[in-house]
Amino acid sequence: MIEIHELTKRYGPTTAVSDLTFTVRPGTVTGFLGPNGAGKSTTMRMILGLDEPTSGSVTVNGRPPQAHAAPLHEVGGMLDPRAVHPSRSAYHHLLALAQTTGIRRSRVDEVIDAVGLRSVAGRPAGKFSLGMAQRLGIAAALLGDPATVVLDEPVNGLDVEGIRWMRGMLTELASQGKTVFVSSHLMSEIAQTATRLIVIGKGRLIADTSVADFIASAAPASVRVRSSDQPGLAALLRSPDVTATVADDGALLVSGLAAERIGAIAAAAGIAVAELSTVETSLEDAFVDLTKDAVEYRAASFEEEK
Amino acid sequence: MSTLQVTQARVMKSEWTKLRTQPGALWSLLSAVILVVAFGILYSLLRVARPPHGAAAASFDPTSVSLAGVQLAQIAAGVLGVLLITSEYATGLIRTTLAAVPRRLPTLWGKAAVVTGAVVAVSVPAAVAVFLAGQAILGRQHLSVSFGEPGVARAVIGGALYLAVAALLGLALGALLRSTAGGIAALFGLLFAVPILVGFLPGSLADEIGKYLPGTAGLAVTTVHPDPATSLGPWTGFGVFCAYALLLLGAAAVRMRRGDA
Repeated sequence: MIEIHELTKRYGPTTAVSDLTFTVRPGTVTGFLGPNGAGKSTTMRMILGLDEPTSGSVTVNGRPPQAHAAPLHEVGGMLDPRAVHPSRSAYHHLLALAQTTGIRRSRVDEVIDAVGLRSVAGRPAGKFSLGMAQRLGIAAALLGDPATVVLDEPVNGLDVEGIRWMRGMLTELASQGKTVFVSSHLMSEIAQTATRLIVIGKGRLIADTSVADFIASAAPASVRVRSSDQPGLAALLRSPDVTATVADDGALLVSGLAAERIGAIAAAAGIAVAELSTVETSLEDAFVDLTKDAVEYRAASFEEEK
Repeated sequence: MSTLQVTQARVMKSEWTKLRTQPGALWSLLSAVILVVAFGILYSLLRVARPPHGAAAASFDPTSVSLAGVQLAQIAAGVLGVLLITSEYATGLIRTTLAAVPRRLPTLWGKAAVVTGAVVAVSVPAAVAVFLAGQAILGRQHLSVSFGEPGVARAVIGGALYLAVAALLGLALGALLRSTAGGIAALFGLLFAVPILVGFLPGSLADEIGKYLPGTAGLAVTTVHPDPATSLGPWTGFGVFCAYALLLLGAAAVRMRRGDA
């Protein structure tokens, strides 16, 4: 369980995170979404006790991150999979980490097996591919069998097989009752794994919701219509709740009405319908829609500073 | 199995694992030993080929001659200290380390203990070995002293301890500057550049201030009969050197404890 309350972090004049409040619960995978520079990594560093909040609080499993006797057993994190000593072996990297907390050696072997790095455990970690480095990062995060796992962009740069493996791993951890908090700047990466979503932009909370609600609320599905009388049909359909716009190819894009209703209205008016199809909002569209304001605001304030 | 908990002893064990699996650090340690031994033998050969006469013979210090390599090895030892911490900042590994030990200071103390222990463990045998080799060489011209003579054992062991404190100095500078290049440059500056600058001062003032500079103060312990005009007493000087290292280590602790990792 991660509880974040009115969290603010400033670096000099730059506000990275502003008045964030949310809770990440155990037993599910929670996605942490935002455009690049939204404050995701900053928030995660504070969850791991690495950065000091300017104001507000972070607790992990009920206590501040620095207050745990065995932090690795409470929260396991992966911030940067390349953050290893390049000539130290993966095994010794994990062993040194385990020794800080009195984690037994056999546990090091367990996590190496769990992430599938057995055959390369003795090799220098600096020679690892990104996919192997990500696995090593996960192994380090799992070393203390923590109740909470925090991973920054864990699928970034993975190949298809690696992404599938990572999704399986995250789902498995959540099913063990762990709190799993995973950041990404791509909605599509998160949507298939996460059930809960925290969306931030410009360091502020934009949404704290389920994946399904998020998609539904972001932008309703619209309907594409081609008919014998486009302007006439548009005039018939428009109402305070319904918008009808003309697309580049001349088709009518209607939102606020279901396809069946549109078909019925056209039939009643004697307008022949040539095409009638529902256009689902893509996950990425939903995400861009919701974070649009945050991104624009940032660009505007950047101009002002100049 | 004992309970999961971060303790100072466990962090020290972890830091030892890191040191022994970091080739760059091991090379620095090996370089220090080679410099102490090789340069000590070389300089002893040089001095025995041109034996001192007259007044020079009276002030000839065979122990210092055989320990001449300490002055070069201090850089290798210092670099070891710098690398131990700056390699973690350079790679970002420090975040993984400090996430495991969010109280942070046990990591700094752990590194300090491990680097001191490692340097003492190799430099004491190296200093004793080069002393014996050096005296064997100097003995050909009857210039040698024995380990049992007053001040000799202190100078030999002191030379080894000097290297350990130089490593601590490097660790502190590395932790303060968080950059390998910056840490090594600061180390060179403190040990070599500052004495040169002070040397430009008028004679007596240069001697008076020079005594208290870290390198000069620390090396007093390696001299059997330090000259009171240009040097502090052996243990006083070593104490001053230690004080520099501890002061910088304290500053590093403050920097590490406060603010963001």
